[in-house]
Amino acid sequence: MKALWYFLTSSFTRGLIGQAIFTAIGMTFVNAIRSVMGLEANAEPGVVFGALLGVFGFLLGAGVLTDWIKWIFGKETPLRHGPPQGKPEWTRYLNVDYNHKVIGIQYGYTSLLVLLVGGLFALIFRIELAQPGMTLLTNDQYNTLFSAHGIVMITAMLLGVGAMVNYLVPLMIGAADMAFPRLNAFSYWVGIPAVVLILAGMVVGGWDTGWVGYAPLTFRAPLGVQLFLLGFYVNGFSSIAGSINLIVTVATMRAKGMTLFRMPIFVWAAIAAAIIQMTATQTVGVALLMNVTERAIGLSFFNPANGGDPLLYQHLFWFYSHPVVYLFILPGLGVISELLPVFSRKPLFGYKWIALSSLGIALVGFLVWAHHMFVAGLDNSLRIPFMISTLFVAVPTGVKFFSWVGTIWEGKISLETPMLFVLGAISVFLIGGVTGPILGTIPTDMHLHDTYWVVGHFHATMFGGFIFPFFAAIYYWYPKITGRMYKESLGKLHFWLMVPGFWVMSLGQMATGIMGMRRRIADYDPALGVQNIHVLITLAAFVIGWSVLIMVYNLVSSARSQELADPNPWRSRSPEWQIPSPVPEFNYDVPFEVVGDPYDYGLSGVAYIRMAPASGD
Amino acid sequence: MSAVTTHHDAHGHEVPYEVQLRSNRLGLWLFCFSEVFLFLALLVARFYLWGNTRPELSQVLGLLTTSILLVSSFFMNRAETAIAHGDRKTFLNGLLITALLGTLFFVGVVVMEWNVFGLELELFGVEWFGHLRPTDGVFGGVFFAMTGMHALHVLSGIVFILIVWANGRKGHFSPERHWGVEACAIYWHYVDVVWVFFYPALYLIGHVA
Ligand SMILES: [Cu+2]
Repeated sequence: MKALWYFLTSSFTRGLIGQAIFTAIGMTFVNAIRSVMGLEANAEPGVVFGALLGVFGFLLGAGVLTDWIKWIFGKETPLRHGPPQGKPEWTRYLNVDYNHKVIGIQYGYTSLLVLLVGGLFALIFRIELAQPGMTLLTNDQYNTLFSAHGIVMITAMLLGVGAMVNYLVPLMIGAADMAFPRLNAFSYWVGIPAVVLILAGMVVGGWDTGWVGYAPLTFRAPLGVQLFLLGFYVNGFSSIAGSINLIVTVATMRAKGMTLFRMPIFVWAAIAAAIIQMTATQTVGVALLMNVTERAIGLSFFNPANGGDPLLYQHLFWFYSHPVVYLFILPGLGVISELLPVFSRKPLFGYKWIALSSLGIALVGFLVWAHHMFVAGLDNSLRIPFMISTLFVAVPTGVKFFSWVGTIWEGKISLETPMLFVLGAISVFLIGGVTGPILGTIPTDMHLHDTYWVVGHFHATMFGGFIFPFFAAIYYWYPKITGRMYKESLGKLHFWLMVPGFWVMSLGQMATGIMGMRRRIADYDPALGVQNIHVLITLAAFVIGWSVLIMVYNLVSSARSQELADPNPWRSRSPEWQIPSPVPEFNYDVPFEVVGDPYDYGLSGVAYIRMAPASGD
Repeated sequence: MSAVTTHHDAHGHEVPYEVQLRSNRLGLWLFCFSEVFLFLALLVARFYLWGNTRPELSQVLGLLTTSILLVSSFFMNRAETAIAHGDRKTFLNGLLITALLGTLFFVGVVVMEWNVFGLELELFGVEWFGHLRPTDGVFGGVFFAMTGMHALHVLSGIVFILIVWANGRKGHFSPERHWGVEACAIYWHYVDVVWVFFYPALYLIGHVA
């Protein structure tokens, strides 16, 4: 009973109420003005303004803005520390909190929840695809589900990156928190109303544009497309604020002696990802806003009927949305590089090359966007350069693969669940990697564009580059976060269901693509001969779904166990494993100093850090 | 489960002012850098859709609003220098003048150039209220998008200045500690510089279509 009360008074609930109220106010306000001015009835401007005001209402209701509002009136607001007074510990995770570990965990469980929702959408339309003809869904429902699956999963991955980066980076560099704790809370909480907008879009008519929202198709879609575009846009605030916070934290708050090339390798990956987030997000924001305003109030940008150009949208959109996949895979690959030396008991092979290859991937990633437009009417003088730059991505990515092989080579490998997921990630990312250049090459892309080959390739890169490493990270740092050990048997079961399941799904998708199965279409001709493969893919998707539920069960049930985990179960050299688990409120009671290289596993007499004696003040 | 061990000893974990100031400065500059991509995307749209043409706009009005905004930066700088030297009166006056000039610019764009109230006035042979409508094809779309996004930044800058002014009047900020003023000044100059790129793109480059 008490728990229900805590839930109903939490930031989460108050935010949702605030969002509802302010959305209503915004809609009423615009519609009242329009009727006073005698404009013709058009619900969209009211919906757009209401949706944006609703986001503000959420933040206000949740209490994210409270400290900043006090600053406006010249009040000082000391940072709140510790759990809420007189309330149980768990309420901390439903309320605005400034501790980077709490925010990291908030990102984490939200990411998993959103991942389950997006996965559920996929399972529903996979049932539809298991046989030709329309059996379960209408065309509109199918369109809405695959569109929502895309954007919801991308949101889940953004949240997952936020989880890893927020929890780990301050610990790894020896900081007590992020540089801007309030902004950090803002970055997390602003993502919630964004998810609400996207899900609400599914209710008010849905939309059929996919997650790319190409104009002018958006102008013909139902109202739901507006809420989708706005939800996507609002997510950008989270990305931009979070990335700036991260870069500043790493720049100004590193421990003594931690030079750039002595940072844990994950920090390099996080920085490279943050550079993408900080810059490219702005261009997609502009593209989305143009899309919204062209639809709602008739500004002209993309509609050829009014002199616009649909290719402009695609340029601005892909300038973000190609790099955004690197923003997911860079932290993922960072986890792989971070964990391989620990479980191979060998130094990381070519540390500097790995560190710089992350930056390399991020920078090359800015020069390849038009490869998504090879068949969109792009000028020939642009197609060739973009093909060459795209193939160039394989170079820094190849550096990582060589380094991973070099690290495992003749190592003393132990195969606990995190290492299994790392190896699974490498295998899957390899599939995604080698199927990419075929799409980056113009002649083959013309054949495969808009087929299930693309779907298979993309899922392999996302699972290999992010989902599997993310799960590896969850298992690996679980004892650090909770102080308890997950159940190894269930972890292994999760792995042995999910990795073969994924291979079947991804390779099956590519196979149907070669056979002529088009993406984003609810139905197919039985004569294509793809039905058996579709059944296999659907079954594999359900296996993956169940395996993820096993992980969720494992994480929840293990947290309640009484048995405490070993403080450093993986014999890691990283600083966060040298302090108690769960980590104390301010991380390091005594600051540490970096005195060696981070990955000298298997060498004797070389320390990475030294805990400095407390300075007498 | 208790994922964060609790103890309330915040002592020794507060970030020193100098470190926080360094973080604040870097954070603000990164924000400005991030916004470069916002304004660049709008400029890309302008050159993509307008090419070597531009809509017919009042040159006098454009030059006037631009001059007002540039002059405002001078007073912003004066205000910041004044608080650094402890001259509160010049500091507060400088802020007010900046906010006033910023408001004039805003009115010049929204009331006169956009002509939201649908007015008409011809004086000294100049049309003081614009004719371009947001729905006038790509000229209207891009013009309103660029000036609108910039005007939104000007408006938030004015609000920022007024907040700093109100707190300055209450005795906040000192020659040693005035990050709020510094941030406000950097933001205002930044919004100014953006207009230095937008103005020629909208009013000068290309021939009138
Ligand atoms: Cu791409």
